[in-house]
Amino acid sequence: MPDTFLDSTELVINMGPQHPSTHGVLRVILKLDGEKVTGTECVIGYLHRGVEKIGENRTYVQFVPYVDRMDYVASVSNGLGFCLAIEKLLSVEVPPRAQVVRVILTELNRIASHLIWLGTHCLDIGAITPLFYVMREREEILNIYEKYCGARLTTHAFRIGGLEYELYDGFEQEVEAACDFIAPKIDEYERLLTGNRIWVGRLKGIGVLNAEDCKQYGVTGPMLRAAGVKWDLRKAQPYSGYEQYEFEIPTGENGDTYDRYLVRIEEMRQSIRIIRQAVERIPTGPIMGKAPKVIKPPVGEVYVSIEAPKGELGYFVVSDGSTQPYRVRVRPPSFINLQALDKMARGSLVADLVAIIGTIDIVLGEVDR
Amino acid sequence: MRKLLRAIFLIDLIEGLWVTFHYQRPKYMCTDQYPTERPKVAERYRGAPRLNINPENGETLCIACNLCALACPEKLIVVGSERNEKTRRKELTTFTYDISRCMFCGLCEDACPVDALELTQDFELASYNREGAIWDRQMLEEGPKPTEYKY
Repeated sequence: MPDTFLDSTELVINMGPQHPSTHGVLRVILKLDGEKVTGTECVIGYLHRGVEKIGENRTYVQFVPYVDRMDYVASVSNGLGFCLAIEKLLSVEVPPRAQVVRVILTELNRIASHLIWLGTHCLDIGAITPLFYVMREREEILNIYEKYCGARLTTHAFRIGGLEYELYDGFEQEVEAACDFIAPKIDEYERLLTGNRIWVGRLKGIGVLNAEDCKQYGVTGPMLRAAGVKWDLRKAQPYSGYEQYEFEIPTGENGDTYDRYLVRIEEMRQSIRIIRQAVERIPTGPIMGKAPKVIKPPVGEVYVSIEAPKGELGYFVVSDGSTQPYRVRVRPPSFINLQALDKMARGSLVADLVAIIGTIDIVLGEVDR
Repeated sequence: MRKLLRAIFLIDLIEGLWVTFHYQRPKYMCTDQYPTERPKVAERYRGAPRLNINPENGETLCIACNLCALACPEKLIVVGSERNEKTRRKELTTFTYDISRCMFCGLCEDACPVDALELTQDFELASYNREGAIWDRQMLEEGPKPTEYKY
């Protein structure tokens, strides 16, 4: 039998943009040697809407609802980042009551985002059950949003200078009830998944990205923490009064997919801890700071970043003194984290690539903007 | 040893399956019977826009100040007005609202100085053609009329 019989030629195939496990419209061009991935190339831009360009043609107030539509799973965090950037540009002080409410809503959003990640990631791996359970828990959070600001997904909850809506009656009790409802459910997911041998077998040692690589690629968020780096902007550069709350930064050791799963699960628990502390200390007072009616920031530029559920979400805004920003640049966490895909996927199998794409926790609305 | 026993008797899988079967009870069913039972949305829900009229005399509350059209990020509101020569005041003639471009951000509602324009709890906005998504003044005052299903 000739030697060439077992030789395989390199095969180049497309994965996506309609592939169900690429989480939207990501297209990955795979170079395959048999079942082994020898190289990947991401093709993005199928969901490009030009958010940054839209920002140049809208006033500061009008642009706030658009940023919700980038990472639509964590829209409240997006709005917080942009509002903080403009408040810094204007040097407007946000009242303490508004700050505490902002913390509660963004932490609820973090839980909702991680729940969706958990459900879809499980679905990719083949565990369909948790998807239905996470939707049930997320419903509790979305109901709070609906009652608070009138929308469930693209909330437009925050305004520049504070909040638009006063808390509704029974907000505190409902948030407490949601925490009480979700906390035992997280243990339930762990019972379903953490010890499950299929889950462990599919995730352990897959998509390893060590701390050094994370820093070189600029990877942030749970992916960086799973590699063992204790870096969280809520602790490192506290904003919105995060320095007043007690919480821990969960970290992993190996930086593989399984550690990222554990880090995100623990982050949900820590978020619940922050919410419980915040609900007890909602101060009275105004909810809107002294922001001018027509927002005309002085000439200058500002960069503000927050810890969004997926990593560091930054806004770089340049003002030329008019009512519209001269330039808005967004540093989306998913876009930067997606760069590490090639590094993680090289040498793995195609089935593991699905797990790796899932573990980055990308939202294509944010990658393409 | 314990690990081996757990592995042999598939304890990890059984624990997970227990969670699944625990939720089989009818108590946990949560299907909404949608067309017959409409969900009750929250009071602040941002749904279909409505142009309020004064319930006493049926006149519109809108003062044609054009602030909602200026506040709208998508510039989808067109306010038509003409000056009444007798009272020297602006009066509303036409009001067009393009639902198909609306993203329900609520900025027009915030901008309205007299609470004439409001986003209501109606959420069924489908129409049979594209022209149906452009609402005129009459449609905005009456609100959408979704079909009631009774089985």
